[in-house]
Amino acid sequence: METSGPESTHSHNLPGASTSGSGSASLRNAAAGHPHADSDRNRVAGTATLADAKLEIRGLSFFYGKYKALHDIDLDIHDRQVTAFIGPSGCGKSTLLRTLNRIYELYPGQHATGKIMLGGRNLLERADDVNLLRAKVGMVFQKPTPFPMSVQDNISFGVRLYERLSRTDMEERVQWALEKAALWTEVKDKLRQEGTALSGGQQQRLCIARAVAVKPEVLLLDEPASALDPISTQKIEQLITELKADYTIAIVTHNMQQAARVSDYTAFMYLGRLIEFGETKRVFTKPTERQTEEYITGRFG
Amino acid sequence: MSMRQHTSHEFESELEAVRQRIFGMGRHVDQVLEESGRALQERDTALGNQIIVGDKQTDSMEMEIDHLCLEILVRRQPVAGDLRLLTSALKLVIDLERIGDLGVSIAARVVELGHEAALTPYDDLLRMMTTAREMLREALAALENQDPARASRAIDKDEVVDAYYTQIFNDVLGRMRESPDNIFRATRIQAISKYIERIGDHATNIAERVIFILTGEDIRHVSRVRRSDLS
Repeated sequence: METSGPESTHSHNLPGASTSGSGSASLRNAAAGHPHADSDRNRVAGTATLADAKLEIRGLSFFYGKYKALHDIDLDIHDRQVTAFIGPSGCGKSTLLRTLNRIYELYPGQHATGKIMLGGRNLLERADDVNLLRAKVGMVFQKPTPFPMSVQDNISFGVRLYERLSRTDMEERVQWALEKAALWTEVKDKLRQEGTALSGGQQQRLCIARAVAVKPEVLLLDEPASALDPISTQKIEQLITELKADYTIAIVTHNMQQAARVSDYTAFMYLGRLIEFGETKRVFTKPTERQTEEYITGRFG
Repeated sequence: MSMRQHTSHEFESELEAVRQRIFGMGRHVDQVLEESGRALQERDTALGNQIIVGDKQTDSMEMEIDHLCLEILVRRQPVAGDLRLLTSALKLVIDLERIGDLGVSIAARVVELGHEAALTPYDDLLRMMTTAREMLREALAALENQDPARASRAIDKDEVVDAYYTQIFNDVLGRMRESPDNIFRATRIQAISKYIERIGDHATNIAERVIFILTGEDIRHVSRVRRSDLS
């Protein structure tokens, strides 16, 4: 167990404070047009930084109390592409996803250091607009979590937090979100029924519709299909492929075939570190790191 | 690179079975070539006929490897090095089977030559065969020993095989010009040298696939200059 890291760091850092310094160096390199210049420092195989990044993660570390769960992660998440995070249990992939919308702040004693740049701003350092952040970065969890209210209200509830829409506009938004989530034809006659009365697969698509309804820029999916049957899983995977036209998607999955099917980029993590990152096609046919090959071929642990 | 064992021992032994069957088929095909060379050298038409009849074994070995690979692909959905092994095995057995066919074709030409007097010493043909067989054995040894450089050296020998072909071709052409009586035998010899030249090409394919299995590098259709970077 490692306990390094600045003790006094809060979950929302001041600009420049508490990053390792090298993190900002890599940013300068990226800005200077040398996106690969920091790859030696990362010791991460493959191309860890990309030109059209939606999220730029630099020098990210994460602590559960004193336990360091993420070690100095540098990674770009591509705009309107699907990035899959794979790795054995406890490798930090869900933890990394949870930093991207600061949902960890709900729990005491958890904090992140480093930078996560979204639209030119470090999302870790602003305490005041976490609600706005979560409108930009939506999240769907492993188990479907519909609110105990009607299908329609499940969608409109979140929208009302950010926007004041007329009744007609709200109805249109609900339909739009349900269509985006490939659920509209199945529930258009059940809009006033309880969301919890839908099937598991429908509930999960309702949660995706709820996340999409506030028009986020990034969608975080934490094992979105692991509790679903194969047909529902196929629908979710199809949906992911369609949604990436408009959204940047980061997905955590234990199912490597799923990662291979739906993602454009794959990040392999192990013991809180990013071991390898690259195009999914390459990572699954020709991984450069032995640990990656051993994990994806089932020679691990 | 040598890998850790699979967490699933069953999967591990299935992959090992594919490797062993490829080596087994390789040994069998090499044996066919050894026998057809011997039939040629010793003018042994009985051995030639025996080789022609024994061809079915190569075919059944090819189909067994095919089925094994398909079953593993379906059941295990392999990735990375495992995927490269299985998809390449499916192609590699085609080259092995063709090599076996060519060995049989050599035997058929030997039977046609019968006990006619030798047109010319067969030394070059036999040396050419030895080189082609070395290519085949080296390509498969490269897989067995996980040594891509060895496969690359096998590929380099194809130039030697090609040079023998040109030499033998010119040789038999000269004998045909000398006398029409030589034409029948000369065309048999020319055909045999063409078969061996093709064996060298198939061995080259196998060596290229072995390099892909071991390194993930697809070196087909790249110049020898690039290829030599690997060794």
